[in-house]
Amino acid sequence: MTMELSHFTAALLFALCASVVFGITQRNTTREMLRYGAYCFVLFVGGVIVAGWAMWLIKR
Amino acid sequence: MANANEVKAKTSSAPAPPLTAMAVAAPVAGWLIPGAGHIIQKRWIRGLLLMLAVVVLFIFGLGMQGKVYAFNTGDLLDILGFLGDLGTGLLYVAARSMDWGQGAVHRATADYGTKFIIVAGLLNIVSAVDAYHIASGKKP
Repeated sequence: MTMELSHFTAALLFALCASVVFGITQRNTTREMLRYGAYCFVLFVGGVIVAGWAMWLIKR
Repeated sequence: MANANEVKAKTSSAPAPPLTAMAVAAPVAGWLIPGAGHIIQKRWIRGLLLMLAVVVLFIFGLGMQGKVYAFNTGDLLDILGFLGDLGTGLLYVAARSMDWGQGAVHRATADYGTKFIIVAGLLNIVSAVDAYHIASGKKP
């Protein structure tokens, strides 16, 4: 069994799974869990996009 | 300074949580089977979501030809990799006994897979600690 994921897809999957765990474990109420999980996901994906553009700028 | 002393006094006088059977069983179960520490405390949805997150990361890590570290006393990063992998509990035992996760150095995505497996273990440890906090009453 071999899976071929692009770098971005792998980053999205990583962000999703990590955000689910962080959201559930780091907050107490369901609403706070959802908000914190979404916040972590946005930070993960946003970090990937910012790092991608930073590398593009460095390369030029 | 007075505030710091008050905080220190408050934290040191706080009673230790009782060591119940559940406070021992929940983190152990959560470590061995991802999400089980929450499920045995009837936190069904939380447990299933945690299980899904850890198992998906682990399976995709193996699928991307990631490496599962064996016990070793060599390079520091290899030792840390082993400790991270060990966090997945029975998933690690299954992978080692089935000889999965040999790693494929010629594939660029294999390195991502190795990291996926390590992070799955670390997230599972976080989940097991959370199960302990619920069992000891520190968290609702």
